[in-house]
Amino acid sequence: MIEAMEPPAGAAGARIPGPRQAAEPVLELRDTAVRVGGRTLWSGVNLTVGTGEFIAVLGPNGVGKSSLVRAVLGAMPVAAGEVRVLGARPGRTGDRIGYLPQRRSFDASMRIRGIDVVRLGLDGDRWGVPLPLPGPHRRAARERVAQVIELVGATAYAHRAVGECSGGEQQRLLIAQALVRRPRLLLLDEPLDSLDLSHQGGVAALIGRICHQEGVAVVMVAHDVNPILHHLDRVVYLAEGGSATGTPQDVINSETLTGLYDTPVEVLRASDGRLVVVGRPDSSVGGHDAG
Amino acid sequence: MTALSQPFFQHALLAGTLVAAACGMVGYFLVLRAQVFTADALSHVAFTGAMAALAFGCDLRLGLFVATIAVALLFGVLGRRARPDDVVIGSVFSWVLGLGAFFVTLYTTSRSTADGPAGVSVLFGSIFGMSAAHATTAALLAAGVCLVVLMAARPLLFATVDEAVAAARGVPVRLLGYGFLAVAGASAAEATQAVGSLLLLGLLAAPAGAAIRLTDRPYRALALSVGLAVTEMWAGLFASYAVPRMPPSFAIMATATAVYAATFLIRRPAPRTG
Repeated sequence: MIEAMEPPAGAAGARIPGPRQAAEPVLELRDTAVRVGGRTLWSGVNLTVGTGEFIAVLGPNGVGKSSLVRAVLGAMPVAAGEVRVLGARPGRTGDRIGYLPQRRSFDASMRIRGIDVVRLGLDGDRWGVPLPLPGPHRRAARERVAQVIELVGATAYAHRAVGECSGGEQQRLLIAQALVRRPRLLLLDEPLDSLDLSHQGGVAALIGRICHQEGVAVVMVAHDVNPILHHLDRVVYLAEGGSATGTPQDVINSETLTGLYDTPVEVLRASDGRLVVVGRPDSSVGGHDAG
Repeated sequence: MTALSQPFFQHALLAGTLVAAACGMVGYFLVLRAQVFTADALSHVAFTGAMAALAFGCDLRLGLFVATIAVALLFGVLGRRARPDDVVIGSVFSWVLGLGAFFVTLYTTSRSTADGPAGVSVLFGSIFGMSAAHATTAALLAAGVCLVVLMAARPLLFATVDEAVAAARGVPVRLLGYGFLAVAGASAAEATQAVGSLLLLGLLAAPAGAAIRLTDRPYRALALSVGLAVTEMWAGLFASYAVPRMPPSFAIMATATAVYAATFLIRRPAPRTG
């Protein structure tokens, strides 16, 4: 399977005509902080995410990157500030948010087709069993599932058991599952972490395309910023107790990170444009370090 | 057919059909959730529950249901997020089986009129010995189990495949986990009456395992699991009627195992692609 190969961009009918309410931000965090067991993980996060913006959440391991996602989902209370999702409190807009949790891959024994996994994203929360009765409702559901699978370029393997798919294929199917209800916000928790380098680029490009072409706002927790760097609009850099938010150039530089961590940090740019952070061995930028 | 005119056979067929359907349905999710070991433990718990009921002189079925459902829920509490872990199950079930040995001793020594074969019928089932009332109760309870699983099938599948996403979508993952354990306990108690506590695992795991090997479509596999379990039950009952030396439990298990083995000949799992 050639994972890095791009499916035809903007394939006919693959667009999600999501409603665009430019006036209202998709996600708003105002001076937000999260505390666990009396310890402030991070604080002072101010972030406004509009339609079709791509935001990365960066920071060292254990700093609480996933807790930001959980706070947006309403699964975790914030200690200070306010979170608004589509103008409502977190947890109230679950069906307009696509969520991809941090995970290991599906076990090889999981004998359910990829298309069924995607379908669960559409109506898996309804009671009962889907009855095999023909009708417009059923046809619409099928078409939607086929459409979103086409969008992520998973058509070739969607009918195979998901446990038999490679990590990159599984990740594309799970992105399709998160997108199937036409969410306005996509929350991704380290979606590239389990993939090898060649697949990372392909999936990162897919997420960038969904974000900018389909108008879905993306908030992505990342361990390594480099695969997504040129797709990003802004980054949130979390640090013990604090945070920094802005464009990648404004945040991922020696001055900002030195100020944030209160210890000398140097950001180097390699000849291929990759960013390498020196001075904090467990930093999330710089990729496959010991952290 | 002469078998169908015999009341004992009619009772066995009525109870057996619905118990098999319930086991096929619950079994599919047990296999998918990798909780077959839980069912194995529950089969031992069923024995202890029945023995405790006999020792205290109450209805054997009461002991079965109380023990299996209570221990199934206990597994959920001890495990993480209503998913029991193997060490917890292993520790609890050997203790419970020891308790069963204690109740056997209590029962056989304290009651001079103790009926010796009762223990054997708990271990190996006595489906041909069911009264009309027994069979009707078993059938109704099994139908209830089927109905509950059908009602919860889709969210339960979601929670099984993708727990975190299901929870974020508002699926009551913990409630489903506990509910499913309770239903699995009830199925174990039902199956004990049909094929006995030692053999019930075959009825829970073999048809579901075969169905999962035959299709990757979840609802089709669920239906196939039920169909196989019921067919195997019928085949076993008729075979046992035709050959009286063959106990029904053996005939049912032999059919179930043969079908499961046959699926290995029909289709091998496709090679894993990199």
